[in-house]
Amino acid sequence: MDEPRTVWQRAHIDPWLLLGLLVLCAIGLAVLYSASGEDHAMVMRQGTRMLMGLAVMVIFAQFPPVFFSRLSPLLYVVGVVLLVILNFHGTGRGAHRWLDLGFMRFQPSEIMKIAVPLVCARLVAAGSLPPTLPRLLLAAILVLVPAVLIAEQPDLGTGALIGVAGAVVLFLAGLRWRYIAGIAVVGLASLVPLWTMMHDYQRQRVLTLLDPEADPLGTGYHIIQSVIAVGSGGLFGKGWLQGTQSRLEFLPERHTDFIFAVLCEEFGFIGAAILIAVYCGVIWRGLAIALTAQDSFGRLLAGSIALTLFVYVFVNVGMVIGQLPVVGVPLPFVSYGGTAAVTLMAGFGILMSIHTHRRRLSLSL
Amino acid sequence: MLQSLSFRDRQSEVRIARSRVYVAAALMILLLVALLARLAYLQVVRHDHYTTLSQDNRVKIVPVAPTRGLIFSRDGVLVADNRPSFRLQVVPERVEDMREALAKVATLIDLTPSDVERFQRLRKRKRSFDTVPLRFNLTEEEVARFSVDRHRFPGFEVTASLTRHYPVGAPLVHVVGYVGRIDEDDLKGLDPDNYSATTHIGKIGVEQYYEAMLHGRVGLDQVEVNSQGRTLRVLDSKPPGAGATIRLTIDTRLQAAATRALGDRRGAVVAIDPRTGEVLALVSTPTFDPNPFVNGISVALYGDLRDSPDRPLFNRAIQAAYPPGSTLKPLMALAGLHYGLRSPGDGTWCPGWFTLENDPHRYRCWNKWGHGRMSMREAIAQSCDVYFYQLALDLGIDRMHDFLDLFGLGRRTRIDLPGEAAGVNPSRAWKRKARQLPWFPGETLIAGIGQGFHTTTPLQLAQATAVIASRGTLMQPQLVTRIETPDGKATATAGKRRRVLADLDAKAWDSVIEAMHEVVQGPTGTARRSAEGARYEYAGKTGTSQLFGIRQNEEIENEDVEERLRDHGLFIAFAPLDRPEIALAVIVENGASGSGSAAPVAREVLDEYFLRKEHARRAAQNG
Repeated sequence: MDEPRTVWQRAHIDPWLLLGLLVLCAIGLAVLYSASGEDHAMVMRQGTRMLMGLAVMVIFAQFPPVFFSRLSPLLYVVGVVLLVILNFHGTGRGAHRWLDLGFMRFQPSEIMKIAVPLVCARLVAAGSLPPTLPRLLLAAILVLVPAVLIAEQPDLGTGALIGVAGAVVLFLAGLRWRYIAGIAVVGLASLVPLWTMMHDYQRQRVLTLLDPEADPLGTGYHIIQSVIAVGSGGLFGKGWLQGTQSRLEFLPERHTDFIFAVLCEEFGFIGAAILIAVYCGVIWRGLAIALTAQDSFGRLLAGSIALTLFVYVFVNVGMVIGQLPVVGVPLPFVSYGGTAAVTLMAGFGILMSIHTHRRRLSLSL
Repeated sequence: MLQSLSFRDRQSEVRIARSRVYVAAALMILLLVALLARLAYLQVVRHDHYTTLSQDNRVKIVPVAPTRGLIFSRDGVLVADNRPSFRLQVVPERVEDMREALAKVATLIDLTPSDVERFQRLRKRKRSFDTVPLRFNLTEEEVARFSVDRHRFPGFEVTASLTRHYPVGAPLVHVVGYVGRIDEDDLKGLDPDNYSATTHIGKIGVEQYYEAMLHGRVGLDQVEVNSQGRTLRVLDSKPPGAGATIRLTIDTRLQAAATRALGDRRGAVVAIDPRTGEVLALVSTPTFDPNPFVNGISVALYGDLRDSPDRPLFNRAIQAAYPPGSTLKPLMALAGLHYGLRSPGDGTWCPGWFTLENDPHRYRCWNKWGHGRMSMREAIAQSCDVYFYQLALDLGIDRMHDFLDLFGLGRRTRIDLPGEAAGVNPSRAWKRKARQLPWFPGETLIAGIGQGFHTTTPLQLAQATAVIASRGTLMQPQLVTRIETPDGKATATAGKRRRVLADLDAKAWDSVIEAMHEVVQGPTGTARRSAEGARYEYAGKTGTSQLFGIRQNEEIENEDVEERLRDHGLFIAFAPLDRPEIALAVIVENGASGSGSAAPVAREVLDEYFLRKEHARRAAQNG
């Protein structure tokens, strides 16, 4: 079992994951260059963030998984406190998502993207699997508190994604199917009260998805123009920097949430399929790490990080091609955006940590 | 024990996690297939549909107005052209400090407060990258001043657009007409596509009648626009097809001579070539300058024109119908010959009046002393009324109507001008229909000397004169000889011609034409004074159209009557006697008598025509 340690293992870096992420970053920067209207400054800023993210990833990978496990309660509490402060201190209209620290602004929800799966995995892995009901209920509360706080900001997309990240941990831990069925029933039943609690614009997004043509210049405009961009790309696309929908500004949010439409327009079905394939490779590598992890904490955490990436991609692509409502979920590593890329990279740093910090199972055991 | 238990647990935990990862992976693959299927549907199956939508988004069709066709006169004078008109316009987004920039521009170019106010108003309605006009109709001097300093004014530019201009102006307005801005009424009959970029349309005259040819075909630019509608580049361009060039039958020198001859009097002159029906001159006075109408005439100026008692906007040549008076007499004589009721030598005794049986009313001759015995020739030359009372009585109103109809009286000539009046050629049927009254015999007498119900436009009178001159060919009058499209195709336009009175023998024509010659160049002719010194022979007939009836036994000299209540003076003429080239009708409103007012006008027009012809002949001999 004592394999010779490679350079990569000494550096605590998984080369396949790194390669996949670099490819995604490269595609992302290329598409962003076009989507931003050849704005070099914007591409430079995004590139800088990616480098920062890679640095964070490498640093995180140096710590053993147990470090993150121990750190998780603190991280979680700090995150929740910040969210509470944010939700009550904000006075103006609009979304209270940003915390201004003076030297930088960041979204506490980014902390929770990591803290929730961490704390969940730690809680569940501390007991036997499948988890017992009290432990499950505790885990559910740990997941739902930040998820609801974030959804109230209001940032429904991120809130839901954090909920999903926690739920994935529980699912991988062997959450019994009958509980899953029960949650599904309760979830469907709660759609009605949820609908009444939603903000008007959130309701509008759902309605618009069902019939974008009903309001082609208002809320339906995003979806209509996005689908036109995707459809007009065809099999091979219009070519890099040749997308008329994005470059003539018909496509809204083209460098952030709808950047996948730009890719589809300029690189066609082939380009979209290649990007999705790279995502699948990264996700697959993450799942492989989960399968070979040495303990439950590592398995649950790795699986959650990998599957959360899939949920991001699925929700964003589904939105762009008009199959899911317009929720503010960026396309990982491709959409222009501040802290999201760094957080994602941090997650992959933890994934690498799980993979490379293997305890020697001495034969003497 | 504890160790082995925890070891077994670990194995089962691995098993659980593995199975869950496989379930998740399966679910993931399912969802991915759904995504890819949707992508393939949009990008492959529905690709054409979305390509169309994306093209519709970005490609806009911008119409480009065609250049309006030019109008030339018969003698090659450009009478309607397109002149560059300069305007100063601004793209607000390229101006940093608008207030300062406007102040600086005002030092070079006159800017009135209303210019600035209009500019600010328009600017609010437009997008920041749209051009907003600041000043129209810059003078060349202003353009030059601005051009020198143009680099100091980013966002300001002088652009030229074409504006219709009428170099000859007032003398031709009743022929050429003018264009004006398209209004609601114009829009009804227009092809909206072809006029999508056009701002002006022919309002009256040839400009209106030949609108379809003068306008041309709209051009189309395909431009790429972004989502705000900003034009980024021209993708494809279909240039507009310029309007056709039109050549008029009007001779500007003859037109000018006629206008000059009428002077400041109200009246009309129409001159026609009896061989072709081409209108050589068509004048209505007073006239007005068409140029202010092109870009919106001021309310004050328009009010003056509209309210003037002289009615300059009224085209007397085709819209005014006057009693033809004695100018009808040659036609009456021809009718007598045609129906075999008179031969040239037959005499009628004129005692100075005429009476009908059972009617005490005396129908007076203009010569109250009487003309004595009158032959047809003398009756025309001296314009004896009694001769034509008797002839009218013998003909009867319906035969008169049918005969005069052959000369086009009472019917529109279908000249290529809008708004022509039809006049009245009365008959029993006409009176029953128009007045719901029976015909009275006395009305036949009055009709016989061109008074009463008879009305004709100067154009109709000229056309009828041309029929006499051509000895029986009715020509549709025509203002345009050629229409030349930009691709080099030229269409000659010719009016319809119709042979009338083919059965009338040459002697009959000769006798009437000789009598008309005597009117101007005989010893007793009513118009002999106006013909003195003419170096060519011509035929004519005076006429007076009464504005109000002179009561029985009342002696009124025209000199005593207020100017606007005087009779209208008329004169018809043609020349030369053999193979006539020009036939004309003149009316001078309130001119009192045809011989005194209208005949001299005709003389001036004929002089212009023949003197120039003589010059041309001499020049040809010398050259």
